[in-house]
Amino acid sequence: MGAVRALPEACQMTLWFVFALMTVAAIFAVLWPLGRKERAQDQGSEVAVYKDQLAEIERDLAAGMIPAPDAEAARVEISRRLLAAAASEPATAPTSNVTWRRVAAVLALAGLPLVSLGVYMPLGSPKLQDFPLAQRERVPGKAQSLENLVAQVQQHLEKNPTDGRGWNVLAPVLQRLGRFDDAVRAYRNSLTYNGESSERRADLGEALSAAAGGVVTAEAKTEFERAHALDADDPKANYFLGLAAEQDGRKDDAATIWRALLAKAPADAPWRVLVQTSLARVGGGGTMPALSDEAIAASKDMAEGDRNAMVRGMVERLATRLKQNGDDVESWLRLVRAYLVMGERDKAMGASADARQAVGSDGERLRQLNEGLRTLGLGG
Amino acid sequence: MIAESGHYALVLALGLALIQSVVPLIGARLRDVALMNVARSTALAQLLFVGASFIALVMLHVNSDFSVANVYENSHSMKPLLYKITGVWGNHEGSMLLWVSILALFGGLVAAFGNNLPLSLRAHVLAVQAWVASAFYLFILVTSNPFLRIASPPIEGRDLNPVLQDIGLAVHPPMLYLGYVGFSISFSFAIAALMEGRIDAAWARWVRPWTLVAWIFLTLGIAMGSYWAYYELGWGGWWFWDPVENASLMPWLSGTALLHSALVMEKRNALKVWTILLSILTFSLSLLGTFLVRSGVITSVHAFATDPTRGVFILLILCLFIGGSLSLFAGRATSLKQGGLFAPISREGALVLNNLLLTVACAVVLFGTLYPLAMEMLADFKMSVGAPFYNLTFAPLFTLLLLAVPFGPMLAWKRGDLLGVTQRLLAAGVAGLVAVAIAWGWATGGSTLAPLAIGLGVFVIAGAVTDIVERTGLVRLPFATVLHRARGLPRSSWGTAFAHAGLGVALIGIVCETTWNSEYIATMKQNDVAHISGFDVKLDGVLQRQGPNYREMIAEFNVSRDGAPLSVMTPSKRSFTTRGSSTTEAALLTRGASQLYISLGDANAEGAIAVRIYYKPMVLLIWWGPVLMAFGGVLSLSDRRLRVGAPKPARAKQRLQPAE
Repeated sequence: MGAVRALPEACQMTLWFVFALMTVAAIFAVLWPLGRKERAQDQGSEVAVYKDQLAEIERDLAAGMIPAPDAEAARVEISRRLLAAAASEPATAPTSNVTWRRVAAVLALAGLPLVSLGVYMPLGSPKLQDFPLAQRERVPGKAQSLENLVAQVQQHLEKNPTDGRGWNVLAPVLQRLGRFDDAVRAYRNSLTYNGESSERRADLGEALSAAAGGVVTAEAKTEFERAHALDADDPKANYFLGLAAEQDGRKDDAATIWRALLAKAPADAPWRVLVQTSLARVGGGGTMPALSDEAIAASKDMAEGDRNAMVRGMVERLATRLKQNGDDVESWLRLVRAYLVMGERDKAMGASADARQAVGSDGERLRQLNEGLRTLGLGG
Repeated sequence: MIAESGHYALVLALGLALIQSVVPLIGARLRDVALMNVARSTALAQLLFVGASFIALVMLHVNSDFSVANVYENSHSMKPLLYKITGVWGNHEGSMLLWVSILALFGGLVAAFGNNLPLSLRAHVLAVQAWVASAFYLFILVTSNPFLRIASPPIEGRDLNPVLQDIGLAVHPPMLYLGYVGFSISFSFAIAALMEGRIDAAWARWVRPWTLVAWIFLTLGIAMGSYWAYYELGWGGWWFWDPVENASLMPWLSGTALLHSALVMEKRNALKVWTILLSILTFSLSLLGTFLVRSGVITSVHAFATDPTRGVFILLILCLFIGGSLSLFAGRATSLKQGGLFAPISREGALVLNNLLLTVACAVVLFGTLYPLAMEMLADFKMSVGAPFYNLTFAPLFTLLLLAVPFGPMLAWKRGDLLGVTQRLLAAGVAGLVAVAIAWGWATGGSTLAPLAIGLGVFVIAGAVTDIVERTGLVRLPFATVLHRARGLPRSSWGTAFAHAGLGVALIGIVCETTWNSEYIATMKQNDVAHISGFDVKLDGVLQRQGPNYREMIAEFNVSRDGAPLSVMTPSKRSFTTRGSSTTEAALLTRGASQLYISLGDANAEGAIAVRIYYKPMVLLIWWGPVLMAFGGVLSLSDRRLRVGAPKPARAKQRLQPAE
């Protein structure tokens, strides 16, 4: 997924053809009555209503519903209304005004398409194709079936919550699916039922920071420190401790940690590149926001330009999402941080203003937001 | 292609509405039939295009097309088909599209079936209708567009708010909107009358069916919403005086007043200015309701839309239409001819009293809704106005109203005989007093007012029956004549009787439920037994189940009474992973009009589970009442007088002959 799916030329033509047909139908709806012969008799009048009311009185009287004197009084009253209505009935015959009909016709022929296109063009996305589920499933069916598998495993674990091996299998899958909160829970269970290990501690820390949008929170850092205590050489723990240092603004400490990590790393370790890039970042000033391991692994094979584009794409998606639904403080902070790392301070300021507006109604969230912004150096 | 075509259809509808708001008015000034008829064809075309747009959105939801932001945010590919469809209006953008679709539907209906209207009146009505439509099309396109796209669509959607994943969503909003928006027609008629400067008894007859349709749907919509809240929110409450509920109650109150005052206008050519004002106010209150719900100025379960630009836009529409129509009213009302006179004790007088009580009740609700908002805005002081306030204000008003209800239909037009009517209502009064005595003797505990209120309910029902008995002459005439008269009775008389009886039925339900409702709240383990109102409820066990897009914890209860097993009840608690939230599905056991209600709380570590069990005597009457009222409305609507076109009277004469 991800690529913008522009419509093939032929489909584009069809779409515009449909638009044109619809416009013609709309114009026709206006022109049709203008071209028709007068049929003024095709209408009701007050006289008809009063005549009907008179008939109704006769009916009520016949059925014995109202006494005769009442009926007589009502008859007189309605007759008076009937006369008045008949007198005020438009005496002048319907006219036909050719000039104004022409104006109306021009309004339909020129105005309608102009207004429609004028409104539609800035709002619509005529170049985008539909993307229904059926079509999506034909392309890569994996995501769906994976979700189903996860659901099955979860069900199994619900019944046998002490199955440590199950948690061990499930946790990384959840992490990969982006269900970070669930992954955190799974890793915790895995720790409970499988016992301590530096890998599991480090994985938990990774899930925690992924859940926090890539920020190594105090909670996550504690996990990495525990992992580090269990195995001082654990690469993941070391990498993230370095990242924590970088995020705290201690770039030299980060560099020291990563340099030590690289020194001990086997030559063919797959994460070497990642650590090297990170090291380069703290050395030469960053251009990238910290991303989760997977995203970086995915971007590993890309050219520099592609990678930047990918990062920007992710940031933009986040921004759009927040524009539509802005009550997630963590996401706002993540966005502001991403802008800061990308060196776009103006956008960061703009985003923090938007964030304040979006959560403004909720005191608790606003406090969280302000605190977060302060740690990013945008407080006040 | 579906998405973009739907989007474009909506834009075209806007274009057509703009033409429809101007051209017919010019036509009416010039008396040009063709120009006036443009209103008709554009209204129908508008319906076509908005309908297409709405269907397009439904298809996008059904196909789970997550390249549309609205679908992505409110749907999920695993959601059952029904909720994929109802989810279309389970969100802000979609529900606004439903709003304008219904507006276009009413416009289309006037265009298609308004043959009995004078041409210029129809042109004016449809033009005003188009103003409202244009404003709301713009609102949707600019601030709440359901057709905005996502360039790189996500794999899975974010699912619909679980509370809304219920059959109630399929019924409640469309009904409510048919009611709300239906009142736009009487509004358009009122503005058209003011612009034409001509208003008379015929006008009332023309508006009546439209008002009645709106009223029927609003009645059912409110009742349905209340029943939904009752079984879905999990603690058995059915009315909360929540601002959103009030927002639907206010148009109902003023709409009911409008129905009654239009009657006076039709029969006696009186109360004309007042009826026009009520038409304007009723739709204004509908708009206010839309504003309150859609702008998110109040935070409640319903306010799933919170966006300041939207709020300001709707506020603007609100000011434009309410302000504009009221100024037009102020400018023109004095020039309208006054109509017939009547004595205070008469059918007209009774209807004026009805109007007085209903509008004051409506004002009370308006105050209770807006006062907390104003306090919060001006004094930064959060408060809530709840049941105690309404018990002190709304309840006495309605008591007075209900006391007067049986008298109204029995009084004669112009000059009534109150003493005579009282004598004829004696039997009904006695029935009420007997009911009070029985309730008093039978009741254990509860408010002393409750038996009196039940007596009042019985009095209202008996009064409605008396009215029909009187009209058909059931007691004093031979049976064949009675049958004949019953058949000859206008359907609207039957409608009145049913609607009024419905009030009494609802009152009895409300009183019984609030006074003698018993509850049992505890943590239960397997095989625990709860005793409530003579029922023994035993927890048999708890099991887990996987639903289409949720996981469910189901508890099985065995209900028995005096040792005899009655039924198995299975309340459940569903948790939805995508939204990370859960809902309670209460289990209901209906015995006559009473219900046993079980809902689940959380389970603790030892497998015990929090359970709430309620026994609600006569609770269903609360909703049977409104259903009865709506049925009365339908009867009244089917009355031949409302369907009259020009050629009908001839047929009426033919039917007259056998009677002579």
